[in-house]
Amino acid sequence: MADAAAPYRIKGETGEWEVVIGLEVHAQITASKAKLFSGAATAFGAEPNTQVSLVDAAMPGMLPVPNKECIRQAVRTGMALDAQINKWSRFDRKNYFYADLPQGYQISQLYHPLVGEGEVEILIDEKDEATAKRIGIERIHVEQDAGKLMHDQHPTMSYVDLNRSGVALMEIVSRPDMRSPAEAGAYLKKLRAILRYVGSCDGNMDEGSMRADVNVSVRKPGDEFGTRTETKNVNSVRFVMAVVEHEARRQVELLEEGGQVAQETRLYDPDKNVTRSLRSKEDAHDYRYFPDPDLLPLELDEAFLAECKSSLPELPDAKRKRYEDLGITPYNASVLTAEVETARWFDGLLDAGAEAKQGANWVVAELFGALNRLGKGIEDCPVSPAQAAELLKLVADGTISGTIAKQVFEIMLETGEGAGQIVESRGLKQTSDTGAIDAEIDKILAANADKVAEYKSGKQQLFGFFVGQTMKAMAGKANPGVVNERLRAKLDG
Amino acid sequence: MTDLTSLTIAGLRDGFRGGDFSAREIAESYNAAVAASKALNAYTVETPDIALAAADAADQAREGGNLQPLSGIPLGIKDLFATVGVDTTAGSHILQGFQPTYESTVTANLRKAGAGMLGKLNMDEFAMGSSNETSTYGPVLSPWRRKGSNVGLTPGGSSGGSAAAVAAGIAPGVTGTDTGGSIRQPAAFTGICGIKPTYGRCSRWGIVSFASSLDQAGPMAKTVRDCAILLEAMAGFDPKDSTSLDLAVPQWEANLSSDLKGKRVGIPKEYRIDSVPAEINALWDQGIEWLKDAGATPVEISLPHTKYALPTYYIIAPAEASSNLARYDGVRYGLRDVPEGGNLDAMYATTRADGFGAEVKRRIMIGTYVLSAGFYDAYFTKAQRVRALIKDDFRKAFEQCDVILTPTAPSAAFGIGETTDPLAMYLNDVFAVPASLAGLPAMSVPGGLDGQGLPLGLHLIGNELDEQTVLNAGLAIEERAGFTAKPEKWW
Repeated sequence: MADAAAPYRIKGETGEWEVVIGLEVHAQITASKAKLFSGAATAFGAEPNTQVSLVDAAMPGMLPVPNKECIRQAVRTGMALDAQINKWSRFDRKNYFYADLPQGYQISQLYHPLVGEGEVEILIDEKDEATAKRIGIERIHVEQDAGKLMHDQHPTMSYVDLNRSGVALMEIVSRPDMRSPAEAGAYLKKLRAILRYVGSCDGNMDEGSMRADVNVSVRKPGDEFGTRTETKNVNSVRFVMAVVEHEARRQVELLEEGGQVAQETRLYDPDKNVTRSLRSKEDAHDYRYFPDPDLLPLELDEAFLAECKSSLPELPDAKRKRYEDLGITPYNASVLTAEVETARWFDGLLDAGAEAKQGANWVVAELFGALNRLGKGIEDCPVSPAQAAELLKLVADGTISGTIAKQVFEIMLETGEGAGQIVESRGLKQTSDTGAIDAEIDKILAANADKVAEYKSGKQQLFGFFVGQTMKAMAGKANPGVVNERLRAKLDG
Repeated sequence: MTDLTSLTIAGLRDGFRGGDFSAREIAESYNAAVAASKALNAYTVETPDIALAAADAADQAREGGNLQPLSGIPLGIKDLFATVGVDTTAGSHILQGFQPTYESTVTANLRKAGAGMLGKLNMDEFAMGSSNETSTYGPVLSPWRRKGSNVGLTPGGSSGGSAAAVAAGIAPGVTGTDTGGSIRQPAAFTGICGIKPTYGRCSRWGIVSFASSLDQAGPMAKTVRDCAILLEAMAGFDPKDSTSLDLAVPQWEANLSSDLKGKRVGIPKEYRIDSVPAEINALWDQGIEWLKDAGATPVEISLPHTKYALPTYYIIAPAEASSNLARYDGVRYGLRDVPEGGNLDAMYATTRADGFGAEVKRRIMIGTYVLSAGFYDAYFTKAQRVRALIKDDFRKAFEQCDVILTPTAPSAAFGIGETTDPLAMYLNDVFAVPASLAGLPAMSVPGGLDGQGLPLGLHLIGNELDEQTVLNAGLAIEERAGFTAKPEKWW
């Protein structure tokens, strides 16, 4: 395994290059279920132009009214990123013509964004807490999404679907603090996890509710920042990492050939794994930003902010720390908190009385394995946290052995029956009955006199053989502690 | 029987309630007058059936004893207001044939109050103009003419159709909108009353936007009382407009009083402009005397940034307009022109080149220029700062006075085609624009006739939310001016 602490470098003809990455993540405020300035619905996959209000279609005389829930979710998101919340912010118009932009401008926030500076802590290697790094957030602003052009409906014309027109987005702008594809990937994953914990965005990258503009530049370590390119609308963690890798290498090659990096907008083609130029700085629009005169400045009062704060759930970092304090290993704590559904399920397990460390080991080893086999996510887990807690309790109090527990769990997955009921009806209860155990041990020792002799002459490793034989004879139900103790008494005594 | 088209709204209301005539008789009289007024070009669409239906409902309401404030009153509606199923075009070719599926909040309020609609009123294209000459339907002719002349005069603008309709007796009252004087200047030109309330009193929802931070609807009618009656029905909080004021609507009519004892009338020294005709300054002085007679005390005030108001307005209003009018792109509604084989950019260019008139294009270009990179701070940001100073001028002035009196416009009505220089045209609003930039209520009331027999208006500006003092001072002038002149019917 590569040393995660070693800096990521691209080896060129002229030496090593460092890559500098900043991400602008567009996250749809899915929690509001309604658009930023109209009440229209935002469900994914609806028939074209069925979720469009008069405002979204920019009919004459229509006016935007901010959706309070969208603002609330953006503020909660800012708080979750430890960011400064601006009590006074304002919407600006970004003017440009395109057929998917009915107003002829996008309502955004250039001059006074809702959320200011914050930060996200990432683990570049999730198994290694020494690889923790803080990535700065420059700002989060709230803005409208555009509609979508459909080019495959007619031989010579394009159609417009305005379902997404006016959908609320948070644009989360990072500092250029990332230095490798792995860091960019870890940042995006962490950001996605936090948004999903907060509930503001469902983080569904396939459905476009989260996408990233990837800013990449390269430099010799210690030099000033190089000229950056911006690759638009990258919609998976893997692609973001691929864009960084590809774009950094392309820039290094270009520079080493004596060329210059053009400040431009690029597009990523995942099929060919290349980026290509979309438009150069010279072709860039003059967006003529100015404060939207249809909207008053947003002024947030203390009561609103207090409610936003108090409604925040426990966030991944705090939860991970709490799990570690409960004796859970850092790795397990990290795995259990990576996805909000896992953490929610595990909290349910703890609430149902399971012991933390045992529960964590079981979830990571047994439950994940089973879900993997079944091809299910934890949100569709056939076993509830309470049912799992019951199983773990039977192991903890010695009612069944770990081996039997695996069997019981399989039966639970198949039948949905409770662990206690399964153990009872199938007679799987562990026995500590020394009479029965002694009887079996005596039979085994008698049948294996040669091995007993070997053991006694010093071949200590044969002890395990006798344990295994006894357990087998007891159909796995014997208490291993008792078996050990009785064997020692008979062999060593 | 009385000529119903000569009555005020209050007169129609009281006569209808008292059983002197039916709402249907009112509607029929006006429908007939409208139909006979084509020469004025005041209406772009006539809706006699809507007027009759509202009248029949009013007659039934009278029988049922559930009359609304405007039951039986038919109104003309400026073409800037969205009206369900009725052409709403803002006087522009680019919206020709556009029929909204929605009703503007202001006209919906009027309908709820029982009013009927006679038709849609001609206006300068997208409310950009001071003479109603920029309309795609051609200019409105004022019913007024200079003594001994048959030269066609403008009714002012942009609410030119609205003003001409009231002056000609083809609507007892109308809606107008005022961005930089578009209610007050035409009211002055046609010898009627018109008030622009405090910004935010009337919802802008469903009114085709010109400059969002300035646009405000208001009524125009024969008398101050009629304006109060109409404004009460039009105003009110609307959650669909973020800039709407969440305040109860005052009872302006019930509180009308021309007794101005204890009121101080501010006379801004900066409004004495040499180039303004002596007749207008003389009328202004007469206005001061009338208000003194009503019990008010004149005080000289200073509005030092007034001279910057017009340039500031002509940066901010076009800037907002350039963005507000971007939606007219041929994609979803209205005109779409695509040259053979043209792409999207060609469609935009052709549609907008054909759809907008010269004045609208001029303002879109000015607005685009002042917002563009490299010019934004020098123009738009600076204009916003000057706007704040102008507001502050008024704030300080209203520490010294309760209402401000000025002339409404620097001239009487001019002839169609007489003013061709855009800058000279913009000067029409020199007295009106400061109150627009400050969002203050302001009203024009007729003061008298000039030497050529044309109406001149006096302009009252009130403090924020104090429409009442504006209306009361207007009433005091109205009572003393005794303005009863009417245009001689030629149409």
